[in-house]
Amino acid sequence: MHDLAAALSTAASLVSSLDPRVLAVVSLSVQVSGGAVVLAALIGLPLGAALALFTFPGRGAVVVVLNACMGLPPVVVGLAIYLLLSRAGPLGELGLLFTPTAMMMAQTVLVLPIIAALSRQVVADLWEEYGEQLRSLGAPRGSVVLTLLWDGRFSLLTAVLAGFGRASAEVGAVMIVGGNINGVTRTMTTAIALETSKGDLPLALALGLILIGLVTVVNAAVFMVGQAAKRGMG
Amino acid sequence: MVGRDGSILPLELSRVGFSAGGRPLIRDISLRLEAGSRTLVLGPNGAGKSLLLRLCHGLLTPTGGSIRWGDGAMAAEGLRRRQAMVFQRPVLLRRSALANIRYVLGLMGMPRHRRQAAAMAALARFDLADLALRPARVLSGGEQQRLALARAWVMEPEILFLDEPTSALDPAATQAVETAIQDFHGSGAKIVMTTHDLGQARRLADEVVFLAGGALEERTPASIFFKGPASARARAFLAGELVC
Repeated sequence: MHDLAAALSTAASLVSSLDPRVLAVVSLSVQVSGGAVVLAALIGLPLGAALALFTFPGRGAVVVVLNACMGLPPVVVGLAIYLLLSRAGPLGELGLLFTPTAMMMAQTVLVLPIIAALSRQVVADLWEEYGEQLRSLGAPRGSVVLTLLWDGRFSLLTAVLAGFGRASAEVGAVMIVGGNINGVTRTMTTAIALETSKGDLPLALALGLILIGLVTVVNAAVFMVGQAAKRGMG
Repeated sequence: MVGRDGSILPLELSRVGFSAGGRPLIRDISLRLEAGSRTLVLGPNGAGKSLLLRLCHGLLTPTGGSIRWGDGAMAAEGLRRRQAMVFQRPVLLRRSALANIRYVLGLMGMPRHRRQAAAMAALARFDLADLALRPARVLSGGEQQRLALARAWVMEPEILFLDEPTSALDPAATQAVETAIQDFHGSGAKIVMTTHDLGQARRLADEVVFLAGGALEERTPASIFFKGPASARARAFLAGELVC
């Protein structure tokens, strides 16, 4: 109880004083997770739509694997990217380990299956409704992918938000490939883990509250934009 | 319909069958649909009217028999571009009425800079010009169906299939749809349509194709069909008895 009260007052003072170290941590978190979500959406939305619309042998297996990948453990993904980027690894030459770029890569891998699997479902449901009409109009499958992604934009926003939630909340992958270096690769989640292990529970909790607040604000903004657009479009 | 070489009509079905899950739903239908006339497909629920339209339009593939367009030498892609279908409930894209028409013009390969004017002209023709910028999905049922007709209009189809296009509409909207169908007919398009509304069938039909139980019972000029159909089932159907 005491910790919670202390955390609340610490969080309030951190936010109101615009502490530059906290701002740096928050901004790095947003850049890494935001970048990962944008990348994963660019790949995952068309990938999911294509999986819904094109039939090929083994599609069922691909869908099962993709759905299973929604639950990939972040530490395992972090480890895999670590091995890929470490000095001896195949991409070691690039010198990306312990950089924000590496963290973004790891989070992209984590978020991609979520966005792809959810958009596959959204587009498959849309195809049920639109299929006959679009085939009647003679729309080629390739352009149907874009048509349905656009018509499903409100539902797909939720898929992207789910991806953002996953990215902003995870700690294992960014910890391993980023290394939690102060001022370079320290994000909100790795800072929380660190402060907890150091025993500064109020600070850890305060950072946690800021993180939750940030995620809530992003979700609220997207929700309101989506609602307004939906009302207009029917 | 100008400047196209050869017609995709007549449409010839020979011994077409369709079964799903081992159940025959369309049995052995042979039918030749010529250009020009308005063919109304009538029959009780479950007779296979909608299925027949979908088989003709190519949305379903027959499990027996064959379907042949024109001289039988045209590519599938070219055939699809010269037909259009209006469904009972139109599926409109989540964008403006105008953009729905522009979308189809894009599919038809019209250059981008010409689409806007062509789409506006089509909307005006179906009395939708004022609603051009409204989202298609918030239009009323009758407006949505007129938009679906405008969308079919810009495809300049040689044959237009309509699957109970007015069954969800009020009399005024039905009237507008019937006028539009006459416009299509006037422009030279072949009309193939199903309906449950016998009054509508009387108003529109040149000939009637009567189905029951997935089979073709009779095909008769409208003037004769509505006075005295040849088959017992069609007589019962017109008399308002339960037919299956």
